[in-house]
Amino acid sequence: MGVEVVVEGLTKKFGSQTIWNDVTLTLPAGEISVMLGPSGTGKSVFLKTLIGLLKPNSGHVFIEGVDIANCKEKELYEIRKLFGVLFQDGAMFGSMDLYDNVAFPLREHTRKSESEIRTIVMDKMELTGLVGAERKLPGEISGGMRKRAGLARALVLDPEILLIDEPDSGLDPVRTSYINQLFIDLNAQIDATFLIVTHDINTARRVPDNIGLLYHKHLAMFGPREMLLTSEEPVVAQFLNAQTVGPIGMSEEKDADELASEAGIAMPALPPVPLQLETSDGRPRRGQRDPGAWCRDNGVTPPPGSFARDADQAVTA
Amino acid sequence: MSLSIVTGPARVSGNLFAFALDVLVALFRRPFQLKEFLVQAWFIVKVTIVPTAFVAIPFGAVIALQTGGLIKQFGAQSFTGSAAVLAVVQQAGPIATALLIAGAAGSAIAADFGARRIREELDAMMVLGIDPIQRLVVPRVLATMLVAVFLNGIVTVVGVAGGYVFNVVLQDGTPGAYLASFTALAQLPDMYQGMVKALIFGFLAAIVASYKGMNAKGGPKGVGDAVNEAVVITFTLLFVVNFFITAVYIQLVPPKGM
Repeated sequence: MGVEVVVEGLTKKFGSQTIWNDVTLTLPAGEISVMLGPSGTGKSVFLKTLIGLLKPNSGHVFIEGVDIANCKEKELYEIRKLFGVLFQDGAMFGSMDLYDNVAFPLREHTRKSESEIRTIVMDKMELTGLVGAERKLPGEISGGMRKRAGLARALVLDPEILLIDEPDSGLDPVRTSYINQLFIDLNAQIDATFLIVTHDINTARRVPDNIGLLYHKHLAMFGPREMLLTSEEPVVAQFLNAQTVGPIGMSEEKDADELASEAGIAMPALPPVPLQLETSDGRPRRGQRDPGAWCRDNGVTPPPGSFARDADQAVTA
Repeated sequence: MSLSIVTGPARVSGNLFAFALDVLVALFRRPFQLKEFLVQAWFIVKVTIVPTAFVAIPFGAVIALQTGGLIKQFGAQSFTGSAAVLAVVQQAGPIATALLIAGAAGSAIAADFGARRIREELDAMMVLGIDPIQRLVVPRVLATMLVAVFLNGIVTVVGVAGGYVFNVVLQDGTPGAYLASFTALAQLPDMYQGMVKALIFGFLAAIVASYKGMNAKGGPKGVGDAVNEAVVITFTLLFVVNFFITAVYIQLVPPKGM
């Protein structure tokens, strides 16, 4: 039914280079969170630290009371069974066809018969639109298909936590929309905790319940979607609205001179907050909140035109 | 910074040793991956069998020519067979096996793991709760060891046969003398130590190749580097290990008295 992930004071360095420092956040159980950040801020490193593929230099990651960052190898392999992970390129096993790839976790971890496995695998392949491609090898299909196959494999053990690395990289906008819709529907169906790592702001604006922003070696902000979308904080506003005005420069951060020359320029007004994507059958998700609820509760006035049914057209116009 | 010249290689060898221990522990963990073992053993046979045959014939011939010439100068032609057999069984067999295992099987294993590493396949496997050492490395190590023993047998047989042909055809030796002196110097323990050597060589080559491949980094170039390093390290290691085993063996099993 979804598991809470508590991250405390996580710090990661490669040699003397700090990737990020003192990251503290809680991924609420059963909700969709997105981790944003400019290229090269260690978003993928963060994701790999959450599953214990990389050891942090300090800090903790608690999942059901187990500290993944400091536990024994054996516990780690046990706790990982709660996870489903979609890697950037799908990470399919090159020597197996798609069917065997998706069936792999079932064959390794369960004692199900081949016919039971077949039912589950075909169900997940149908869900991700891969029917008819079962016997194809990962080398023979497009990047988008590999990604969907990776998702099918991640789903096959009914994960409690789903980690997704850049679902939109290498996908066209239509496929990205489809896969985003799929995440929302999946979340309603399996109630797992989702963490999506991306730098696509369209995904970030419309999909998640919570948004986090990694910037300049630390977690700039983490909180409910509406909190970040209405935030006047320069870094958050600049990134979520893809502007050049603000503290983020071409190479990581702007220097003092550049910032000084921009000092007089006001940040452009925030665009309206779009509606969150809904499930395709209209069924409410557990983590879903009413549009504007956070703003009302916290006395924030959203930018004019927010939460309108056609708000997304207003953004793109 | 100058310290890193010392600590760098020390860390790599330490990690390699730790990896070998991990593999040893995983060897006894169930379930045993029988299918992967058979597939890998067949794969290694496929990449090594033809080069082995081609290497073994000239190897045996060179030894036969060399020892044949020497022995002729000493005036002991009736012992050419014994010298060739001794050299092939004790040294040439295991060494040729080492070359082939490291060059053909090791490079294939390192390249395979390297590609899996950079495509995040190994990460994906760990995330699915499966230990790649138990699932992938152990079957490859056992397969390489098994195939190495058989290759050693092939090299020995082909080498001795090649030596016979060259001695009899090119050096005017008599077939009878060659065959009769077969067991004059060589003894059964020589063959056992050849097989043990092949086993150890197979183990080391597979460990080094797996370790290097699984730790490849930096994209496709990293895979190439990993394969190259794996082969170079394995060669060096196997020749050093061969020296020590031979030295110990000669102390333990004295040469046959005449």
